[in-house]
Amino acid sequence: MKSNGSPSAMLEGDGLAAVRGRAQLFANVGFRVDACQTLFVTGPNGSGKTTLLRMLAGLSTPTVGIIRWMGNTVAPFDARLREDVAFAGHLPALKDELSAIENLVVLAALGGEKVTTEQALLALDRVALSRQRTLPARVLSQGQRRRIGLARLALVNKPLWILDEPTTALDSDGVALLTTLLRQHLDANGCAVVATHQPLSVPRFANLALA
Amino acid sequence: MPAVAWALARDLKISLRSKAELGIQLLFYVIVVTLFPLATTPERSLLAAIGPGVLWVAALLASLLSLSRLFAADHADGTLEQMALSPWPLPALVSGKIAAHWLTTGLPIVLLAPLLSAQYALERDAMWILTAALLIGTPILSLLGGIGAALTLGLRGGGTLLALLVLPLYVPILIFGAGSVDAVRAGLSAGPHLSLLGAGLLVALVGAPFAAAAAVRVALD
Repeated sequence: MKSNGSPSAMLEGDGLAAVRGRAQLFANVGFRVDACQTLFVTGPNGSGKTTLLRMLAGLSTPTVGIIRWMGNTVAPFDARLREDVAFAGHLPALKDELSAIENLVVLAALGGEKVTTEQALLALDRVALSRQRTLPARVLSQGQRRRIGLARLALVNKPLWILDEPTTALDSDGVALLTTLLRQHLDANGCAVVATHQPLSVPRFANLALA
Repeated sequence: MPAVAWALARDLKISLRSKAELGIQLLFYVIVVTLFPLATTPERSLLAAIGPGVLWVAALLASLLSLSRLFAADHADGTLEQMALSPWPLPALVSGKIAAHWLTTGLPIVLLAPLLSAQYALERDAMWILTAALLIGTPILSLLGGIGAALTLGLRGGGTLLALLVLPLYVPILIFGAGSVDAVRAGLSAGPHLSLLGAGLLVALVGAPFAAAAAVRVALD
């Protein structure tokens, strides 16, 4: 369904609202994200950042409002959105029983990217985890688990990144790495929505503050 | 379908690395089946009469024991979110997971059945029909159980609720499965019972992955 959204916008939200139980989390939230642009979602704890990001990823239904991806109105689990979105939420989606590299290969395949062990190894090397590649995920630290998540984002080639608190548990090197990956993603005409308390330095960005 | 193969291969790999859980479930099956001859009677004709039913009930309980794990671990660590957002169709991923569940829990139950039926003095014919019925019936248990496991995702006390939800659905499988052996022992053909089980399997194969996938999406919302 073609709509009257702005022509160049990749992702748009219009009049979005969320109700959880009886509490209204937010109402009438609108924004647009263009190519090469990042939308930073800020707000105090409990203001609905995660809820908004899950709506944008297509995991949950907005109480009111419309989400458009590439000019098309998308419903939750829409095939067009699933093709294009890389979502990194609070949960790392790692299997304790599998090694770091196995986890990465498995996750990349699930994201639609068939990668070889060599490619996965290179990606692990970029996030400084190549020495831990054969360790089961169960013995990795929180920060190291996050880094596997970064390696996944770098491996799967998706135009829309939705990152929920991506700096959690990362050290300063990790945050720098995240910024580098995000900049490369934006340079390649991607766009991103990031919920964060810590500003990341990217060239073009907009802020959305939830009350 | 690459999605079915992906989910099947991944779940099998994870199961084989946590063998203790598989062992516990199989051991439970063996012990339950063994308890009945000890508790009732050594008389061969009585044992042969209750044997098929006991093996079936034990198979239902053993299958139930592992069902809550089918989606719970993936739900807890976020893999289920990634599956629902994957470009691959979710019902295909769910089918792969259910297939892995059957291969690791249902198939061992089928393979052990001839051995365990020796405790019940079952005749050779009855034993093979029982095994065949289990071979057709246990995949239905995994498929129907998959719907129940997806429906109870994220609920407190989900395990108990799952049993209440799924066991009534298992009743027809139990009736036709155990009935096939009774028919053979009475000198009749087991064909009708096995055909009905087969028909049930086909319906479950087509419908259950879609129902379970819909339930998973509701659980994520």
